[in-house]
Amino acid sequence: MKALVVGCGRVGSAVAKILVEHGWDVSVIDETEEALSRLGDAWPGEFHLGHGMDTAVLEEAGVEDADAVLIATAGDNTNIVVAQVAKERYGVPAVAVRILDPARAEFYAGRGFHVVSPTRTAIESLASWATDGRPAAS
Amino acid sequence: MFVLVVGGGKVGVNVTRKLLGTGHEVVLVEQDRQRYPRLEEELEHRAVLGDGTEMFVLEQAGIRRPPDVLAAVTGDDEDNLVICQLAREAYDVPKVVARVNDPRNQQHFDLLGISPTVSATSMVMALIQHEVPEHELVHLLELRKENLEIVEVEIGDGAMAAGKRIEQLRLPASARLISVMRNGRAEIAVGATELQPGDQVLAILEPGGEDELRRLLLREKAR
Repeated sequence: MKALVVGCGRVGSAVAKILVEHGWDVSVIDETEEALSRLGDAWPGEFHLGHGMDTAVLEEAGVEDADAVLIATAGDNTNIVVAQVAKERYGVPAVAVRILDPARAEFYAGRGFHVVSPTRTAIESLASWATDGRPAAS
Repeated sequence: MFVLVVGGGKVGVNVTRKLLGTGHEVVLVEQDRQRYPRLEEELEHRAVLGDGTEMFVLEQAGIRRPPDVLAAVTGDDEDNLVICQLAREAYDVPKVVARVNDPRNQQHFDLLGISPTVSATSMVMALIQHEVPEHELVHLLELRKENLEIVEVEIGDGAMAAGKRIEQLRLPASARLISVMRNGRAEIAVGATELQPGDQVLAILEPGGEDELRRLLLREKAR
């Protein structure tokens, strides 16, 4: 299986490494060269320097024959655009995207790509910790 | 008319001023805290501080009414694109206008159906090409809604089309010649108009018809 990971920060780099451990061919895109060091000394996959909205970079990184694209750059709106480009323009069969803002995460859900909203998860988890009566128990 | 402008840089501020000057109601959204106080001083309650890609900020600015037009003119194309999608699809804003900063991103706006768009870079490029006499097809105007474009072509000295009447060219159904400019005078193109070297021809066509038009008007005679 071939995966393209757009954005190699804390999340993207960790996801890329896990996929490699699972035997995937992984190609990573990031705007900064320093991001490569997050992938460790012996990164077996590809690394492409550039912006995820640049179709030349996406194509060089293999978007056209990727089985999955996973997007987690620091910018919600960049992520939203790249997800739609991967899905609509390149017809990538599986696209997953991180959107921090819960309102936009909800708005862009149900459009044929998987939306991950860590902020929503944090809100629900913190709130339910309190409403489930854990503070009283501790 | 009520217009919501997102992005308080030079473009956004001047658009806002122009609209206010012509009696329209405008709200301007700007996220930069350094830039905001000056805008607030000038525009008072018409300036809203916040990230215009956040739905609650758009709502503070009155997007639920909704505005007649929303102009997304920030310096970030991804932001302009998302603002337009939110405006149209979440709030039923009838008309959006987007600024494209990097012309390479135009394709993303097209892909997602955000139109019309304005790109200063593309417009300057088109004007420069218009001034440079070379025998190529110059894109002058795109009519996105109509799915048509207007191009300009200069007939070269050795072009096969030179000396032919327009009715002899076998133009495809998807293209029409509009006018022929010769010695500084433009005339409406008709079937009997004979093309001459140096003529500047305006044509209207459906996108995708460029190659055929190029072949008919620019191809040189065999020597």
